[in-house]
Amino acid sequence: MSSGIDTLRLTAEGAIGLVERGDVSAAELHAAYLDAIGERNGELHAYLRTVDDADGTSIPIALKDVISTSGIETTAGSKILAGYTPVFDATVAARCKAAGLTLLGKTNTDEFAMGSSTENSAYGPSRNPWDPSRVPGGSGGGTSSAVSGGLAPWGLGSDTGGSIKQPSALCGNVGLRPTYGTVSRYGVVAFASSLDQIGPVAKTVRDVALLYRIISGPDPADSTTVALPNPVELPEGERLDGLRVGVPRQAAALEAIEPGVRTEFEKALALAEELGAEVGECDLPLSFDYGLPCYYLIAPAEASSNLARYDGVRFGPRSEEDTYRHMVERTRDEGFGAEPKRRIMLGTYALSAGYYDAYYGQAQKVRTLIGREHAAAFETFDLIATPTSPTVAFPVGEKAADPLAMYACDLLTIPSCLAGLPGLSVPCGLSEGLPVGIQLIGSPFAENTLFRVGHALQRALDLDLVPERLR
Amino acid sequence: MAISRDQVLHVAKLARLDLRDDEVERLTEELGAILDAVSKVAELDLADVPPTSHPLALVNSWADDEPHASLPLEDVFANAPAREGDLFRVPPTA
Repeated sequence: MSSGIDTLRLTAEGAIGLVERGDVSAAELHAAYLDAIGERNGELHAYLRTVDDADGTSIPIALKDVISTSGIETTAGSKILAGYTPVFDATVAARCKAAGLTLLGKTNTDEFAMGSSTENSAYGPSRNPWDPSRVPGGSGGGTSSAVSGGLAPWGLGSDTGGSIKQPSALCGNVGLRPTYGTVSRYGVVAFASSLDQIGPVAKTVRDVALLYRIISGPDPADSTTVALPNPVELPEGERLDGLRVGVPRQAAALEAIEPGVRTEFEKALALAEELGAEVGECDLPLSFDYGLPCYYLIAPAEASSNLARYDGVRFGPRSEEDTYRHMVERTRDEGFGAEPKRRIMLGTYALSAGYYDAYYGQAQKVRTLIGREHAAAFETFDLIATPTSPTVAFPVGEKAADPLAMYACDLLTIPSCLAGLPGLSVPCGLSEGLPVGIQLIGSPFAENTLFRVGHALQRALDLDLVPERLR
Repeated sequence: MAISRDQVLHVAKLARLDLRDDEVERLTEELGAILDAVSKVAELDLADVPPTSHPLALVNSWADDEPHASLPLEDVFANAPAREGDLFRVPPTA
């Protein structure tokens, strides 16, 4: 705080205002965040490495360590990429640079973005700023911990089945998983390509919209990208008149949802009604019964293919062996941690001769039905709302030894990811002194609706999102 | 839905993972439990449902057929564990 800049409270929009008015320089702002990192990163382990970037003209940003940064080590939280220094920027990193943003550093992640707590990082877990004995969520726990701990005004994460939304909920940030295809994945370490999306994390919905504006749009280097049908709007309104919100009865009935989370979620719905929205029940019968099994076939299958490139030939550490085959097999066994190995094995099995139709093929068909039932719900409703996470942040170690318990953390975030839909997590209250998030799901390209609703809720709720212990 | 130790070893071979004995044992148990959970998708009769491989209905995203520079060789080899001339060096294949 020696600089007089309160990084715990400063929003990205506020920071941009300070720089534009000339109250502080980009370099002073960057230094203020590096000071905060020096103070608290030892406890939070949000960053794997920091950067003294003097090139930008605007405010700083944190990037998840799956995003390639030219000349700056990028490990995806894995030992198999230890020392890997990209020779080019990911498109999203280049767009941040072009917008004048300075790079604060690379944030921690579960290895290859596989996990819901950052405990699968080969470099040790990050901690939740609200209670460092608890996880920040995952896989993007590093970015979320940094934003809520005042170590970055905003950051980018990647989301395959909930890796932006779930940590945002657990740390009290706003996080957007955009519509599939709206943000380039070029230069981002691939996990499951039919699901991976890059998205912003910040303190406010407006900041998230602002960053989404910077990173979105077609990229010739990623042929899965498309043009946005509408420009990104910064939300301003306070009312929600005419908005129809559907709550899936199958999600509401889930026993896995903690009572405290349910209470805060229901209060947020009541508030939406006060602001003019109509809240009703919708039906997503397959999504919450079959979404998780469907995802845990498709994502590992695609991961097993994407992770085949880590063979010790072109980059990364190599285990020295007498034959090529032994070198590849030892390099992979020594380089990958337990979770990527589990998923590579599961995915290879699901794709192998004799099992493909029963597993991967069947899961792809379930995915079709999950997409269809979401589309049907959007015939009646403008958006779908659920809690983002069934629980608040859990203690480090609680689920680490039980893969299925860890997988269930993403029960509520997975179905819309399978359907390619945008989802925004917005803090909606505290339970046991820990943040609870509401997940707003929109139809394809409905980010502006999510921003409008999220912003109105955030304004009306007026929560203090600085962790109590740091105030 | 159990998976046998031999199946685990076979899949590890396909995946080019030289698993240690303790990993084989642990994965046999864990994969059995996970396969039990994900096999739930087999309950559904989906004979008439087309598969989804990609969430957007994109068709033929063309790139202009224009030559452009590749990465300089020094960049390509910058992270290589072993290099010989303009080639990646690896141990003998047999």
